[in-house]
Amino acid sequence: MKQDMSVSLQDVVVRRRGKIVLGPITLDLPNAGFTMVLGPNGAGKTTLLKVLHGVERTSSGWMSWSVPSQTARDGQAYVFQSPIMLRRSVRANLAYPLQLLGLDKADISARVTKWAVRIGLSAALYFPALSLSGGEQQKLALARALIRRPNTLFLDEPCANLDGSSIREIEEILREAVQAGAQIIMTTHDLGQARRLADHVVFLNKGQIEEQASATAFFDAPGSVGASAFLNGDIVE
Amino acid sequence: MIEIWAGIAEAFRLIWSLDEDLIDITVRSLKVSLTALVIASTLALPLGTWLAIHRFSYRRFTISVLNALMGLPPVVVGLIVYMLLSRSGPFGVMGLLFTPTAMIIAQVIIISPLIASITHQAMRELWFEYHDLLISLNTTKRQRVGALIWDGRRTLLTAALAGFGRAIGEVGAIMIVGGNIDQVTRVLTTAIALETGKGDFALALGLGFILITLSLLVNLTIHALSRTESEGRW
Repeated sequence: MKQDMSVSLQDVVVRRRGKIVLGPITLDLPNAGFTMVLGPNGAGKTTLLKVLHGVERTSSGWMSWSVPSQTARDGQAYVFQSPIMLRRSVRANLAYPLQLLGLDKADISARVTKWAVRIGLSAALYFPALSLSGGEQQKLALARALIRRPNTLFLDEPCANLDGSSIREIEEILREAVQAGAQIIMTTHDLGQARRLADHVVFLNKGQIEEQASATAFFDAPGSVGASAFLNGDIVE
Repeated sequence: MIEIWAGIAEAFRLIWSLDEDLIDITVRSLKVSLTALVIASTLALPLGTWLAIHRFSYRRFTISVLNALMGLPPVVVGLIVYMLLSRSGPFGVMGLLFTPTAMIIAQVIIISPLIASITHQAMRELWFEYHDLLISLNTTKRQRVGALIWDGRRTLLTAALAGFGRAIGEVGAIMIVGGNIDQVTRVLTTAIALETGKGDFALALGLGFILITLSLLVNLTIHALSRTESEGRW
């Protein structure tokens, strides 16, 4: 049974070298299956994801999860835009998060085998992860995140630069994760993908939340000028 | 040129005849240098890795000092260790001067900064690559150091081999603290220095060739054991 992992941000600001890159943001994110964070380049999407994941320090404001913060942190996983591969085999990459959790070898082995089959890399289990193609590395990064059975999964442009079949496979895996009860918060530049997957949308522009709505409401009748322009394919400044 | 050929011939003769003195000197050289390497690696590999991931005041200064220590003149190290271990020194009571242990101590001091510095350099790059992932996985500092050492082990092997190269070829410090005593502290390098001084160039060259061969063999063996080039891109 997955826990309800809603999160609230109150007046959160992130500054880098004296410049505000995010905020002030006040946001209540429900446990809504797929939450898409949309916005133009430099809007602060990745920063928001990192703040929510707790790996980016906020300059001011506060954030609280519906569960104790350590429980929230333990139940999270993050997939980066450029997959970070450990310089190990595919198998060792998949096993590492489970070893950190202290699972026994039999359980680790069973989960690794299951996920290797799921992402189509069972024949490459003992290959160096760095020898895989970009799409395969991204699938491996996703499997390495999901193998821990997280409550909340953060994805930063997981399908950037991938071909159609890889995108389809990744979306399928993500849908399964949501059906299993995981909450996914992801950024994407691909509006088609956002329409296919999103349950809830947060639209960011210049570090501020311009709009937050259900996916249907957002795509059918965007409530802000910036979001309308973004959906029309105009340049949003 | 003739002397070089004579040296090669002497090297073959010594090896072929399994010269007792040669075996004794070679085994001692390996024992001293490998022991120093193991001790120095145990200290320097975690230190270099820790310096790569830990932020603290005077970190840059510490790294600069470490880099500067790479260039420590062995003769000065030998002199200091000699003074510390001599009868009038603070550790004189231990009676370590002119023993292989004194030679090991000197070699550890000489090669530790070299291994730590190369390790720091390599681990800094790996940490840059792994930083976000390991933080995201909620790893402890100990687990991060462990992951970096394990995944950077081949680079660390290079650092250790650089240390071994310096240790096995070292002569100044171990001459001072070991005293080049026959069958006690004589090693390949000090034997070469001695034979050169006596004018026996053929024997000195022969020992020199054996030293080079030994160094190559140790390097190749370690590389083979760790399968450095056989596991694709790491």
